[in-house]
Amino acid sequence: MRGPVAWWNDPWRPPRVLVAVTVGYLVWSLLPVLIAVMFSFNDGKSRTTWQGFSFRWYWGDETRSVWHDATLHQALWQTLKLGVIATLITVPLGVIFAIGIDRWRGRLPSGANMLMLVSFVIPEVLLAVALLFAITSLALPIRLGTSAQVIGLITFQIAYPAVLVRARLATIGNQYEEAAMDLGASPMQALRRVTVPMLFPAIFASTVLVFADVIDNFVLVRYLSGNSSTEPVSVKIYNTARAAPTPALNALATLLLAAALLAVTVGYLVYRRMTRGDHTAGKGIAAFAGEA
Amino acid sequence: MAVTETPPQPAKVAGRTRISPLWPALAMPGIIWLLVFFLAPMYVVLAIVFGQVDPIFRTPVPVWNPLQWDPTQFTYVLSRIGPGGAYGPALIRTGVYVLIASVLCLLIAFPVAYYVARLSGRWAGILLAALIAPFWISYMMRMLAWVNLLQDDGWVNRIASMGGLFDVHVHWLTGQPVVVVLGLVYGYVPYMILPLYAGLDRLPQSTLEAARDLGANRAASFWRVTLPMCRPTIVAAVLLTCLPMLGDYFTSDMLSASPKTAMVGNLINDSVQSPGQTGQAGAFVMLVLLATVLPMFYYVRVTARADEVST
Repeated sequence: MRGPVAWWNDPWRPPRVLVAVTVGYLVWSLLPVLIAVMFSFNDGKSRTTWQGFSFRWYWGDETRSVWHDATLHQALWQTLKLGVIATLITVPLGVIFAIGIDRWRGRLPSGANMLMLVSFVIPEVLLAVALLFAITSLALPIRLGTSAQVIGLITFQIAYPAVLVRARLATIGNQYEEAAMDLGASPMQALRRVTVPMLFPAIFASTVLVFADVIDNFVLVRYLSGNSSTEPVSVKIYNTARAAPTPALNALATLLLAAALLAVTVGYLVYRRMTRGDHTAGKGIAAFAGEA
Repeated sequence: MAVTETPPQPAKVAGRTRISPLWPALAMPGIIWLLVFFLAPMYVVLAIVFGQVDPIFRTPVPVWNPLQWDPTQFTYVLSRIGPGGAYGPALIRTGVYVLIASVLCLLIAFPVAYYVARLSGRWAGILLAALIAPFWISYMMRMLAWVNLLQDDGWVNRIASMGGLFDVHVHWLTGQPVVVVLGLVYGYVPYMILPLYAGLDRLPQSTLEAARDLGANRAASFWRVTLPMCRPTIVAAVLLTCLPMLGDYFTSDMLSASPKTAMVGNLINDSVQSPGQTGQAGAFVMLVLLATVLPMFYYVRVTARADEVST
């Protein structure tokens, strides 16, 4: 038998403490959410006492289930709508912005780069309040509601694709593009047929990241929502969690969770397929998580 | 003279050096977007903070000319922030909460990130996926999960009373600072683990082995080799979690909803929504910006330098 001192001094002992902390952290971070998901299938009205399995809060209940309560499925619809519209605009805008400021040398593009980085790290509430003030105190053709939310989300998220694409541009360098141009391609052709295909993994990863971030957004969409018909799921949860919640709220959150997980899983599998055999792309899930 | 100035050569050299008009054209939409929807609204905030308030409708009247700016609202907020002011307690509370929460976050995140970064093989990917999972789970849903657990008849009280063995009736959701701080930790730990993992993953294993070979024990090699090498990473990770926490109001609202645990974010949120206080809210937001702008630029500089080193 070895004593505890010998165990502690053994340089090859397994890192028990680290394992314990990691496992403990995982349980602590995921178990509450799993319990919340479980109670969305509760047959009774309680969110603390298990009364049997049912889909009552998804579609069974005639008035208060997600399917029948208009305010609940409107929130889900609004979230998905914002996610799709904002992502479809943010990613192309951010990608061409990144290519532009990366290749265009000078004072103006480096200033624009700085502005983009500041918009990335600024407290979200500041941007939300600024846009709210601008929209309410100026005679702009933009109203609070979906359009204001989309504008706010794009402004807040544009740095994501821009940062990821710039990191990828730095890795691939511009020798491929120059080779293409030496071989007679115009800059536009080189961009379209050489650079953009090589950027595809970064573009795709940022699409998934932006989508997941947008449907999770709370501060911006709440300030810019205008009225209750444009409140997405996060705002709905915030408004009703402490008031009169039924497991239908858990069901709503679970549906959003399922949508996010589906998007991320499909995204990851496609991303892995795309970067197979490509050693310049980031490795595996870590690169996909946005650490550029 | 003029004839020799325009030889036909430059057309050939230009392919490399001349700026193609394509790049400005590509960058322009993004630049215009940021100017219109990012920089311009910031100026609107300034115009409202240093503007007037309509005496009847209590609506803000923005003043566009910086020469006519009136600092009344700004100094009003400043005076209430100062010692003995009405906002003082909330400011101190925010500082204490964020400090405790950040330290706890670091104590949890560092070992986890360190272990996952050292791990290799089949389990590493699965573990990393599980660690990233909280990113895809909506923040509000994670708070909702704790609201469920912490209710008066929730699982926390039930487990604490050991099935009726003890009589525990703690009202967790009414102004308990402990719950708010733990909620902040729960909410923001994932945002700290990922940057830490990214930094620790790049730590050269050989240097650590050298330290052990040269006779340093576990603690000494950690303290004198590992920690100094990952100091920039730790600073960046702490900043990335701290700054959003400073403006957080929803965690306190969801888990306590009591003025006893109100943070700066709650003050901002309350004044944005009450008429006549728009300017104050703006002033507040500006002060938060000032408090965060310095660490922000530090972060940008650190990451910029790290980029230079890594490429």
